[in-house]
Amino acid sequence: MLKLDRVGHAFLGRTVLDGIDLEIAAGELVALVGPSGSGKSTLAHIAAGLVEPRLGRVTRAYRAHAVIFQEPRLMPWATAADNIALGLRRHRLARAERRKRVETVAARVALEPGDLSKYPAQLSGGMRQRTAIARALAAEPDFLFFDEPFTALDVALKRRMQDIVIDTVAASGRSGLFITHDLAEAVRIAHRILVLDRHGRGILGSRTVPLVPGARIDAMIFETVQAMLGNDPLFAHVNDCDERSVA
Amino acid sequence: MPIADRAGRAGRFLWSAWAGLAGLSVFAAAWQLGHEAYGSFILPSPAETLASLAALLRDEANWALVGATACRALLGFSVAAGIGTLVGVIAGYHPAVMRLMRPQVTLLLGVPPIAWIVLLMIWFGNGAGTVVATAAIACLPIVFIGAAEGVATRDRGLDDMARAAGVGPFTRLFRVALRQMLHALFPALVMALGTAFKAAVMAELMANAGGVGEALAVARANLDVAAALAWILLAVAALIGVEYGLLQPLRAEFETWREAARPWGVKR
Repeated sequence: MLKLDRVGHAFLGRTVLDGIDLEIAAGELVALVGPSGSGKSTLAHIAAGLVEPRLGRVTRAYRAHAVIFQEPRLMPWATAADNIALGLRRHRLARAERRKRVETVAARVALEPGDLSKYPAQLSGGMRQRTAIARALAAEPDFLFFDEPFTALDVALKRRMQDIVIDTVAASGRSGLFITHDLAEAVRIAHRILVLDRHGRGILGSRTVPLVPGARIDAMIFETVQAMLGNDPLFAHVNDCDERSVA
Repeated sequence: MPIADRAGRAGRFLWSAWAGLAGLSVFAAAWQLGHEAYGSFILPSPAETLASLAALLRDEANWALVGATACRALLGFSVAAGIGTLVGVIAGYHPAVMRLMRPQVTLLLGVPPIAWIVLLMIWFGNGAGTVVATAAIACLPIVFIGAAEGVATRDRGLDDMARAAGVGPFTRLFRVALRQMLHALFPALVMALGTAFKAAVMAELMANAGGVGEALAVARANLDVAAALAWILLAVAALIGVEYGLLQPLRAEFETWREAARPWGVKR
């Protein structure tokens, strides 16, 4: 579905990514973890076509993709319904059909019909991020990019959002790339976990998580994370903190 | 629901006129104080001015004069709004254009309007053309800066988001970038409109081109301070009419969401 071939990038002459190879199969949700400042977001933006890479090639073999950003990125002047319908404009649907589509995706992310006529400023943080997910789903993409979308949410809300991702991506036959620095989140939702080098110099390795997303219980997730952090040299630097000012 | 909403908004808008009137009353009180200190010849009282205004309004020819000034100011304002917005949007998108335009804006702002009037009188003669061109030149840089700032300070995250959602370049321009520009453009337009009226009246006075300006020149020649004040009131009333009858409702239409974003307790 998505293939990155020796992709590299530099900001103002400073290399942030180099020699990145990765491949995502159909129906696979892959989590990409790495320490802060390792270039995860840049990699996601390159893969989604928002940033042109300096080196290498990106091959996309899907029909349409959608991106869910770290912030909801809603248009403040449009209601939730209009925000969700943004990507539907090029589908040239009839008004009634468009409204039906908006209501369907809103229901999938548990937004109530009453919330659809509200402006983003009137919605809570979780509802805004759910609106952003609904907007991504509305255009019926077969590939989704998640760029640390739940970092700003509290624990309970985060779980709920992860369930929505499991339900709408992993369990619906879509593929996706999920960027996160939270290993427990990666273990909970992904089929496979990739680890990015802490200086962006290539993908260090890949681990397949047992069972399918949605079938894993919390105890198993906890044990898997402990085992990865404790015994697996691949994850040795995941929790390192090397804050760089580049996004 | 939308109709009730709209009626509610219109009602609140009209009701807010009381606050405006209260502010104007304070101004009138200060004016009255000045009148009582200096007498009718230097500063006629508000009541005398209003009487003089009523007398002016009874003559239909005077309505035509106010109409002529308002039309010229509006025409100049429209030309400047069109050109200024277009060039401003281009400059907002392209930093190189912005760098080329900045000194020209400073130049336009630096040349006193009087100098423009002299030049334009030589070029266009003492007609409406001079007045319209003066008004347009006076408000062009204001609109340009508003539009350019609005586009330059747009949220680039929303641009990326729209691109990722597969939205085409034209939709992105009209539905995302220009929508964000409005918050900077509207205050600039309000200021430009006031400037257009001031410049138009001044140009009319200098060029003897009819309208309120020429009537003011006549009042000065007759040392008729009450008439001069009444004409000033008329020009200001025309400006207020255009701003609150046209510009502010337009703004309210586009900025409904700000009303919704306001916290409880500061609704009106």
